[in-house]
Amino acid sequence: MQTNKFMDERKQTSVPKKEISPLLWGLAFGILFGFLLQKGGATKYDVIVGQLLLTDFTVLKIMLSAVLIGMIGIYAMKTLGWVELYPKSGSAGKNIIGGLIFGVGFAVLGYCPGTIAGAIGNGALDALVGGLVGIIIGSGLFAALYPRLTQGILKKGDFGDLTFPRLFKVNDWVIVIPAATLIFILLYWLEQAGL
Amino acid sequence: MEFLTTVRWSPYAVGVGIGILSWFTFLISRKPLACSTSFARASGMIAKLFSGKKVDLQPYYQKIGLGVDWQWMLVVGVIFGSLISALLSGDFRWQWVPSLWSAAFGANTLLRVIVALAGGICIGFGARWAGGCTSGHGISGTLQLAVSSWISAICFFIGGILTAHIIFTLIG
Repeated sequence: MQTNKFMDERKQTSVPKKEISPLLWGLAFGILFGFLLQKGGATKYDVIVGQLLLTDFTVLKIMLSAVLIGMIGIYAMKTLGWVELYPKSGSAGKNIIGGLIFGVGFAVLGYCPGTIAGAIGNGALDALVGGLVGIIIGSGLFAALYPRLTQGILKKGDFGDLTFPRLFKVNDWVIVIPAATLIFILLYWLEQAGL
Repeated sequence: MEFLTTVRWSPYAVGVGIGILSWFTFLISRKPLACSTSFARASGMIAKLFSGKKVDLQPYYQKIGLGVDWQWMLVVGVIFGSLISALLSGDFRWQWVPSLWSAAFGANTLLRVIVALAGGICIGFGARWAGGCTSGHGISGTLQLAVSSWISAICFFIGGILTAHIIFTLIG
């Protein structure tokens, strides 16, 4: 009994500490992420809409180089057994329709959920007063409709949390190396084309 | 330390930085960089202020769990990180109407805010429908080679490119 009581007390004191540390890491990673987005110009409406109008390729260059470097490092760490992957499960009804609705909003708003936070930090008041409120309303609308959507359209063409290496039943690197090469060629081509 | 006060970095330097940052979020926090679920949590937390505890019982909010978590703090961090970067380089300024918008549609603040609100509703709704946004699917999901994320990211840009061209060439 005595030891049990001691364990309970220890548990109680260690719990809050455990809860705070992930939040601080989240904040720290967010500060770095926001800093990088602002330095890249991705916190600006003009840069994001310029990408969608195909006149400014900054956003695509940032995203593709992040994916290139991120992918190689994370698959290397996965091979070493240091990290595991968290692929999101999906379906045709979910990702195609949801993706297209998001895309329409992306062009109309000119920010996305990550870059709108950065835009607010950069002083964009249309992001703070219009866009942020809209994103919260839109998310709430989806939450309200979710029970009606979840067994219907969101399940159409369900493929689960599939990754390309598992889809083709091959070693990770059989996909990672060609994918990295393709991204590199695409970036090189963008530069050569003066975009 | 001159690089800290430079207004713009090469997009490749920024991309490489975000890629390396994602290594550490996987290693330390066991989570990919992602933002949009936090806005859904915020919607639930605001709804709770008006409707009370029953909001917790809504199936979607039960699924994601309400409260301030790692990703919520990440989004808060993005605001401050961007603010720090903008202040260091003198690139911070309050602005209601972006210049690309005002060149096509004029400097009317109300119009821009209403359109931003409408776009935001689409983004929030679409991000939840697709299960992620430009960071969760577009960067973190694609770098994990997730099928759902590649489909979503491609659809984000198909929808975005078509809509931007409609707005700026047909209407503007």
